[in-house]
Amino acid sequence: MTNQNGRFGMHGGQYMPETLMNAVIELEEAYNHYKNDPEFQAELAELFNNYAGRPSRLYYAEKMTKDLGGAKIYLKREDLNHTGAHKINNVLGQALLAKKMGKTRLIAETGAGQHGVATATAAALMGMECVVFMGREDTERQALNVYRMRLLGAEVIPVETGTATLKDAVSEAMREWTNRMDDTHYCLGSVMGPHPFPTIVRDFQAVISKEIKEQMLEKEGRLPDAVIACVGGGSNAIGTFYNFIEDKEVQLIGCEAAGRGVDTFETAATIATGRPGIFHGMKSYFCQDEYGQIAPVYSISAGLDYPGVGPEHAWLHDIGRAQYVPVTDDEAVNAFEYLSRTEGIIPAIESAHAVAYAQKLAPSMDKDQIIVITISGRGDKDCAAIARYRGEDIHE
Amino acid sequence: MSKIHEAFRNGKAFIPFITCGDPDLETTKEAVKAMVANGADLVELGIPFSDPTAEGPVIQGANLRALKGGVTTDKVFDMVRELRKDVTVPMVFMTYANVVYSYGAEKFISTCKEIGIDGLILPDIPYEEKEEFQALCTEYDVNLISMIAPTSENRIAMIAKEAEGFIYLVSSLGVTGVRTEIKTDLASITKVIRQYTDVPVAIGFGISTPEQAAKMAAVSDGAIVGSAIIKILDQYKAEAPAVLGEYVKSMKDAMK
Repeated sequence: MTNQNGRFGMHGGQYMPETLMNAVIELEEAYNHYKNDPEFQAELAELFNNYAGRPSRLYYAEKMTKDLGGAKIYLKREDLNHTGAHKINNVLGQALLAKKMGKTRLIAETGAGQHGVATATAAALMGMECVVFMGREDTERQALNVYRMRLLGAEVIPVETGTATLKDAVSEAMREWTNRMDDTHYCLGSVMGPHPFPTIVRDFQAVISKEIKEQMLEKEGRLPDAVIACVGGGSNAIGTFYNFIEDKEVQLIGCEAAGRGVDTFETAATIATGRPGIFHGMKSYFCQDEYGQIAPVYSISAGLDYPGVGPEHAWLHDIGRAQYVPVTDDEAVNAFEYLSRTEGIIPAIESAHAVAYAQKLAPSMDKDQIIVITISGRGDKDCAAIARYRGEDIHE
Repeated sequence: MSKIHEAFRNGKAFIPFITCGDPDLETTKEAVKAMVANGADLVELGIPFSDPTAEGPVIQGANLRALKGGVTTDKVFDMVRELRKDVTVPMVFMTYANVVYSYGAEKFISTCKEIGIDGLILPDIPYEEKEEFQALCTEYDVNLISMIAPTSENRIAMIAKEAEGFIYLVSSLGVTGVRTEIKTDLASITKVIRQYTDVPVAIGFGISTPEQAAKMAAVSDGAIVGSAIIKILDQYKAEAPAVLGEYVKSMKDAMK
């Protein structure tokens, strides 16, 4: 009698403790109701447009296009959203949903701090309490974001367990939710976790590809040949892909963080190096050892060093609809600097992984072909870390 | 009739939980023997997992110490083979879905049968996802233990009707760990469970004192204790088996 809901091929599902099952079922029912509620959709559109600053721009990167000498390159500017990343799309949707469900408190995990900042922002806006779990190591790598969250009225709890990074923050947020669900919504930050999260987060992020499609048709009168986005859990990537899945002529390319390389242990490239597993509520690909112990992963990007990937990406990989490529720290840092100098746009180090792959791909394509790169966030938060990577000792 | 039922024939069952390999497998083995000699009716053996999301800090610590010490699923299987030379009470594994799935569910569950493991507790496999493991458990005569929580409410009937071995009733919200007070109305929950099944009900999460064990025994068929045992192991290390023997005796006596 397995419930087939929330499956993407063999992936997905609801691998949660019994204590939380009614909470995820309640969430699923509420979401199924509100997603078709015109009033909810109107409120969300109002928040997207007048609070988050949507639609985000689709910018023709002319200098980059000329420099690479191949396909025409457009940048989807999610970095221009309020709070500086795509994370706000999902958070506004979930916070509004939680409020409709009568919840008064949001809890969240965060890696780089972008999702934590977005959640703290939505909580401030909607008058909700907010607690953010963040790996101890990440609170040190991203101290400014910790301050931002506190400024916005959130409590930030450093997580000391395990590897003290993103996966441990997710585990700790799940533990807290098990403890208190009556008034609390777990505002998961990516297309992962148990059903219905991968679907809810995807739907709220799908605005990215909906806009790309409209903007591209307006500017070029046709669809792009490839869309490229970075993949950790995979929320900006699924947002970038979703409305193109049926358009088979559009190549979907996800860029995973290879860290120091997929042939080293210091990597976070789940699809390149992982295998099927069950963790954090879902069946998907995970970096793990031969006994199923989840591997410690590494990337220069705190937002991509997660040992798993969202179940819909795992499925898109299985059926060959999307292609997933590894990008190393070095390549991403070069792309971070390249986009800053070439276009005057400092991308998040996460997004720089997508830029790096586009640098390789564009020259191999014809001049009448088009690539869209999603710049999922802005890079101000990364400047100190990249300076240190280059041997300059600056601190925030 | 599953072998697990035998654990509930000697009055209320006392069920200790121990993380295999914390501090090492030799100590685990001696601890299990000492606990069984002093009245443990069923033993729950934890196979360590890197990210035990249903556990509080005490059992999380035990998992990480065991893994750091080099414990693997195969080494735990070998330890059970050794233990079965002396221990006849039912034993079950408690671990996370990925440990079983990654090993190969059929290979894992058939090995359980071969080495004398009577049941399997997977806290991240709810009713909706159990079929994948249930079919193999049925094939190899290993009971897949169902959990019921204070939040289960309308789900109790569905879960209880298909339960086998025993039902693990979670005493409180949250994760495992010692609690000073258990507030859930467990008597009402067991009453509802009883409408649907005769499978024994044992209560776990938060139980550490003989008084709590007696209270839980009064409203169910047994008590499960984990974190309190891990704490004793952590404090006494190689000397822990003797201390655990006395502890188990005091708990079992309190439940009479």
